[in-house]
Amino acid sequence: MFLITCPYCGPRDQSEFSNAGEAHIARPTNGEELSDEQWADFVFLRTNPKGLFAERWVHTAGCRRFFNMLRNTATDEILAVYRIGEPRPQVTTAGPVTPSGEAPIGSGNDAVKVMRPGEGTE
Amino acid sequence: MRYSVFSLIREGLTGHAGWPRAWRNPDPKPAYDAVVIGGGGHGLATAYYLAKEHGMTRIAVLEKGWIGGGNSGRNTTIIRSNYLFDESAAIYNHALNLWKGLGRELNFNIMMSHRGVLNLAHDEHEGRQLKRRVEANRLNGVDAEWLDARQVKEFCPVINISQQIRYPVMGATLQRSGGVNRHDAVVWGYARAADAMGVDIVQQCEVTGIRVEAGAVTGVETTRGFIRTPKVACVTAGHTSVIAAMVGLKLPIQSHPLQALVSEPIKPLVPCVIMSNAVHVYVSQSDKGELVIGAGIDAHNSYTQRGSIDIIEHQMASLCELLPVVSRLKMMRQWGGIVDTCPDASPIISKTPVKGFYINGGWGTGGWKATPGSGHVFAWTVAKDEPHPIAAPFALERFYTGALVAEHGAAAVAH
Repeated sequence: MFLITCPYCGPRDQSEFSNAGEAHIARPTNGEELSDEQWADFVFLRTNPKGLFAERWVHTAGCRRFFNMLRNTATDEILAVYRIGEPRPQVTTAGPVTPSGEAPIGSGNDAVKVMRPGEGTE
Repeated sequence: MRYSVFSLIREGLTGHAGWPRAWRNPDPKPAYDAVVIGGGGHGLATAYYLAKEHGMTRIAVLEKGWIGGGNSGRNTTIIRSNYLFDESAAIYNHALNLWKGLGRELNFNIMMSHRGVLNLAHDEHEGRQLKRRVEANRLNGVDAEWLDARQVKEFCPVINISQQIRYPVMGATLQRSGGVNRHDAVVWGYARAADAMGVDIVQQCEVTGIRVEAGAVTGVETTRGFIRTPKVACVTAGHTSVIAAMVGLKLPIQSHPLQALVSEPIKPLVPCVIMSNAVHVYVSQSDKGELVIGAGIDAHNSYTQRGSIDIIEHQMASLCELLPVVSRLKMMRQWGGIVDTCPDASPIISKTPVKGFYINGGWGTGGWKATPGSGHVFAWTVAKDEPHPIAAPFALERFYTGALVAEHGAAAVAH
């Protein structure tokens, strides 16, 4: 559960928004030349990273406009919100310590949390 | 040690001091014939059938936490096989048939309870769809029947069948052989049986990389050192994409949190499993008396095992409409698990372009019911390096050929 800052309306509850999948996926313009594998890549295959992820959201219960967001899927930390057509901002965020390790915050799986030195001590 | 009523009496009379460990806790060896990544139900079942049916005993199950600590310990344990298409009916019914004898086979009480699964219809069109599914099920040898609202009330008296509510119950399908079991017991039973055949179950051992040479797997890097192996079976629900990325593979999988809740324990109230696609909640009662309640996934990709509060609000509203009697029941625990969803709501059981790397994942919101069948056909796929006939329709190729197994309707949970 988190607050999302709509670039048009400002911060609103997450429940006002709908997720629209990975951002920056362009429909091929040379469709007739593509193989089945290339079409499958466009239609079905998506990056599904544990860490930094660029995705589209739509403010369904507000302005109904689409926008892009950078979020850390390991912690649900929102790093940037930007309008469609704007370039993807440069951001930095800590990924999990090991590929599948659980981040010190965000994850509810305490059994396998892996922390860097000094992390999660507060 | 074989568990029996006699061993129970003997140990009962001697203070339960003589029970041996159910399975060893070995250190990883430098090499194995095959490595299973993921010590959940599907992973342990895969290891068990690899050993039992294919004679592969030099194998290891690598688990980053403890066995059964992931989605196996987080699901709502519902068993059914009333899927629409032939391919799905084949695999889920294969699993259901294995469930029936599994406790005896593993010599472990998995508390399998075939109490029946109701799938409710809330409008005429959903009713038609469900009736169609009943007929499709029967053609596939899956037991299924249609109940009208009055019969639903007879079968499960607690359901509100008033026609004055917003989404009245019009009827339901019933699969009597469906039900629930004890997820921990299944994991422990498989672990014990696999261990007895020599399978190494290595806990606290996370895979951090997979070594590929000339297009073939040669071993896995782990937090406890490098392990040489020609076959790697990835059974890591929630992290299939993460593991596949280690060999440079992109998958049609998205990972989402799926939540469940457990109420305070109450006296027997819900005699079966109740599922509703339209108002979207499912509920059963554990043998301890808690209501176990689930609903849909969070719509956004996430690996945080928490989930959003609006999903809970939605499922509680649905539950109170279906079972008004529980409106003041307290919820004791809530948790989330990460589910790997495929675009067609069917799993991936497949060889991959990387030789020796196999994937069993993408079960979405309903992997538990498939555990024994999934492990059984995946073990075949891994051992023989060719798809089991039941697993063949679930290969990765279907996303290129277009032969999808689109089970969104029968998956019963929106994803």
